[in-house]
Amino acid sequence: MGVFILKRLLSAVPVLFMVAVIVFLVLRLSPGDPAVMIAGPNATPDQLAALRDAMGLNEPLLTQLFVWLGQILSGDFGVSLVSGQPVTHLIMDRFGPTLSLSIVTLIIAVVVAIPLGVVAAWQQGKLLDRLVMAGSVLGFSVPVFIIGYTMILIFARILGWFPVQGYKPLSDGFGEFAIRLVLPAVSLSFPYIALIARIVRTNVIEVMNEDYIRTARAKGLTERGVLMGHALGNAAVPIITIIGVSIAMLIGGVVVTESVFNIPGLGRLVLEAVLARDYTVIQSVILLFSTIYVFINLVVDLLYSLFDPRIRY
Amino acid sequence: MFMSPLGSRFTKAALLSFAIGATTSTTAFAETTVTAVMHAPLRALDPAISSAYILRNYAYMVYDTLLALDADGNIKPQMADWAVSDDGLTYTFTLRDGLMWHDGTPVTAEDCVASIARWDQVDKTGQVMASLMNDMSVVDDKTFTMTFSEPTAVVLTALSKPSGIAPFMMPKAVASTPVSEPITSSIGSGPFKFVADAYQPGVSATFEKFDGYIPRDEPSSGLAGAKEVLVDEVVWTTMPDPMTAASALMTGEIDFIEQLPHDLLPLVEGNPDFQLKIFAKQGSQNLARMNHTLPPFDNPEMRKAVMLALGQQPMLDAQVGAGSEYGNTCPAVLGCGSAYASDYLADEIVNPHPEAAKKILAEQGYDGTPILLMHATDLANLTPQGPVIAQQLRDAGFTVDMVSMDWASVVARRGSKATISDGGWNMFSTTNVLPDVDDPIGFIGVAAGGDTAWFGWPDVPEIEQARTDFASVADPDEAKAIALKIDKLVKDNGVMIPMGEFSSVTVASSAITLGVDAEAPVFWNLSKSE
Amino acid sequence: MTTPTLTEPSVPAQDLPEMTTVPETGTVKATLRAVFSTWAARISLIVVVLIVAMALLAPWLGTQDPVQIAPGERLQGSSLAHFLGTDSYGRDVYSRVAYGARISLAVGAGTVVISVLLGIFFGVLTGYFRWADLIVMRFMDGLMAIPGILLAIALVAISGATLTTVLIAIAVPEIPRVARMVRAVILGVRTEPYVEAATCLGTGIWAMVWRHLLPSTLAPLLVQGTYIFASAIMTESILSFLGAGIPPETPSWGNMMAEGRVYFLLKPELILYPGVMVSLTVLSVNMLGDVLRDQLDPRMAKRL
Repeated sequence: MGVFILKRLLSAVPVLFMVAVIVFLVLRLSPGDPAVMIAGPNATPDQLAALRDAMGLNEPLLTQLFVWLGQILSGDFGVSLVSGQPVTHLIMDRFGPTLSLSIVTLIIAVVVAIPLGVVAAWQQGKLLDRLVMAGSVLGFSVPVFIIGYTMILIFARILGWFPVQGYKPLSDGFGEFAIRLVLPAVSLSFPYIALIARIVRTNVIEVMNEDYIRTARAKGLTERGVLMGHALGNAAVPIITIIGVSIAMLIGGVVVTESVFNIPGLGRLVLEAVLARDYTVIQSVILLFSTIYVFINLVVDLLYSLFDPRIRY
Repeated sequence: MFMSPLGSRFTKAALLSFAIGATTSTTAFAETTVTAVMHAPLRALDPAISSAYILRNYAYMVYDTLLALDADGNIKPQMADWAVSDDGLTYTFTLRDGLMWHDGTPVTAEDCVASIARWDQVDKTGQVMASLMNDMSVVDDKTFTMTFSEPTAVVLTALSKPSGIAPFMMPKAVASTPVSEPITSSIGSGPFKFVADAYQPGVSATFEKFDGYIPRDEPSSGLAGAKEVLVDEVVWTTMPDPMTAASALMTGEIDFIEQLPHDLLPLVEGNPDFQLKIFAKQGSQNLARMNHTLPPFDNPEMRKAVMLALGQQPMLDAQVGAGSEYGNTCPAVLGCGSAYASDYLADEIVNPHPEAAKKILAEQGYDGTPILLMHATDLANLTPQGPVIAQQLRDAGFTVDMVSMDWASVVARRGSKATISDGGWNMFSTTNVLPDVDDPIGFIGVAAGGDTAWFGWPDVPEIEQARTDFASVADPDEAKAIALKIDKLVKDNGVMIPMGEFSSVTVASSAITLGVDAEAPVFWNLSKSE
Repeated sequence: MTTPTLTEPSVPAQDLPEMTTVPETGTVKATLRAVFSTWAARISLIVVVLIVAMALLAPWLGTQDPVQIAPGERLQGSSLAHFLGTDSYGRDVYSRVAYGARISLAVGAGTVVISVLLGIFFGVLTGYFRWADLIVMRFMDGLMAIPGILLAIALVAISGATLTTVLIAIAVPEIPRVARMVRAVILGVRTEPYVEAATCLGTGIWAMVWRHLLPSTLAPLLVQGTYIFASAIMTESILSFLGAGIPPETPSWGNMMAEGRVYFLLKPELILYPGVMVSLTVLSVNMLGDVLRDQLDPRMAKRL
């Protein structure tokens, strides 16, 4: 097992190297010059040249790439070309909101989706099942910003239960922290509820047809006992897997949600950085996201091999 | 959950950032905090590297200027008073008493000399001033002199200018940084202190009252006079979504929106909980610009055709609402509110004349080669410009290839003098705030020195001569005559096309008593009742 | 990852090799029958047909020029001249909704074509040639690890906002998924006796791919393609919302929603008309995808 983990960890290295190269090239080939963005419309060519020089943009591309890769390896992500602040500092600042939003979204998704999926499986083919399934496809079909705006309109503007926007760190008190996360997390959770509920339903149905469940039933176990105790338990692996997949997919969704609810997270950071051509920030944030993605996939793979010994790379 | 070497690093970092949040939250208990949504995010802290307005506005909070313009445009002493020698060559500046940096040390003449020396390298008017200056030297702690090769008034204009890059005073240690190296210090002598710990670039900036600031005795007027801070803390935030900002204002989460999109005004109009305010000096002029170095606009007749094709009302309709009071047509190159307003070619500039334009196209044998029009899509005021210009040009028989991109790409591409196929361009549009526009020397839209001119590179030596003349005259009537000449030359040569003026609307909660009408949205003399 | 598709994007490939259902002639009929068997499927099909008809017939449905602006007539309510009112440039909303169907369907179809073709190419390449596997799959893994929406924003920023750029930006992140699937199927069938027999008989590589390997991928590709189609339409709207979409002048549903967002509190219909169209299209196509999957790909159906 240890060797397998090590092998998988090592296999992540070339992937991340590829990510770094792709991101670097995509950015440096784009038009737009951070020096021009900083210097403003009145800058003279001399000032621009000096600014580019100071920012290291006059070096050959390949040199810039290797300088950057070297810096990353030594844990130095450089400074933002626009604000002059260390990128690690910027990411630290923005990591809390994104992490909180992702975790709360996931908790909501799991807490809502598992009962829904189990109920649907239990009522397989009946009205309730059909409603859950139809609802789950619908959850995929409405753009997240429309859900977000509607939530703001109903729960913040009309009912006044939650604030419209913003983010407060946990250190400002749990209440302040939680109340601002409810609307964005609920809006963002819709597609994940849909996804997880479908997986739960399918797997529970599959497990319920297995012999040992029939035995359990025959032994007089209640329907609820069968569902909760046996079926759900045995469907755990694929369910955990899909939750892992959801975490990876969440990264894309937070960009929109952070914009709608004015949450100062990594999604907004990278979007602003693209508009300002702040290369160092874009590179580092994308690399961070990719690392998280690769790592989650690794965990998913490990879970697979843990529960199904036949699978080995 | 998940942990990788990198992951755990950042998780720790995130926890750390919670802790940082805790230290800043103590200031949140200040008695009065004004939360304001500004038009753009603050991302850099060096006012000398950029003419971005948000950076200038930040600098007015934190720094102070030697001179300042009052509400009527008169130059007034702010940090310093001045005296001119009889021959008009030497200016002596004397700092007023009680000026102090945010770190508690006194402001000295040395600091100011260093600050001016850094600033006059980057600002257009500052460069003119520097080119005429023979010497700048410290006399004592509170006095310094500037000596010029010829009598000029440009020094007072330059040191009081509120736009382009304004001359802010910094401690000598900071001002000695080369201009190519952006400063990150925020030690000023202005009425507000920057709270560096709470600064999140692109998200929020916090300013607290600087207790060591001694306001002038004169009443506040424009950027001159007393700057009295009546709140404890001002927080600037940015919201990417104007709908969210409007909602947040209505639920009381924020107090102030610097520029509410005009289309959202019905949400707050007539509601006693909110007030609308137009700061006249923050109004803007739309401008269309052609590339004089590429066909077809290297041909003056074709530029004239564009001028005839374009009209201002549809542009204003799309920007501020059909028939809205917040927009006005204006044929004057230097702005209709300025002393240099002109009616020359008013009808041709203000109203669209598609038929007349078509006639010129026919005469010039326009072959339908597409006009490459750059359209910025990520700035609210610029977004409507492209489609309106494109439509009007098409109505007049032009073929238009409108290329939509973010502002960063426009800024990059407009610097290109290449042919269209190699990444060049024919036309773009933007806005400038009116105080920038009414200055014939500083206004980038009228400069016509060919390669040294602003993007589009018009080459009209008469205009350059007139601008030089303007810098050296002191008599207002003479100045006006020269300005009107510039206006005429700009229009005759199609240097730029004015596309109407509009004012931005500031919305605030009624609990706020707004401050003065100045070029920048200032937060002194502004108070908040509970 | 841009928008979730209904399939699991990153389920380890080794789980897939058993999907070797080669569609037989009979299943086409069976599939069609199945499509009409439930109400949900029937309604979905009707909706899709209606939207396609709307796209094809847009000029003859009483529409006006969807790009013609008239700022003097902006933000009007419904009238005989403008069935659904006008937008912030005074353009006819009804016409833009109708023409928007063309763009959305084009984005969906274009993304499927690009990602499936390139996905097949790389999938076959890596599934069949060991040497290619190492290099190309690492590249694919790298591409897959980058959040799709961020890659798309960056790509649009590079090449400027055109329909082609946006298509490529949406399609590129989908390629690795298709490639992985094709590769898995090919790895599975490569050792099948009939393929080995063909190899012995000296059939050329690409001929064999065409005759023996590709047919095995048809069923999963069809299902996957449906989901990609739906997901692409959704992604287009999100890219436009973030300001990195098709040029704003183009009447796309995403652009309409992006422009309408400011008016959500005042004229919510500006965002709701195109929003309903996007949701209806995505919903119907996903429903059809479910039906197809149940029919063509029983194993996948069991998993989902």
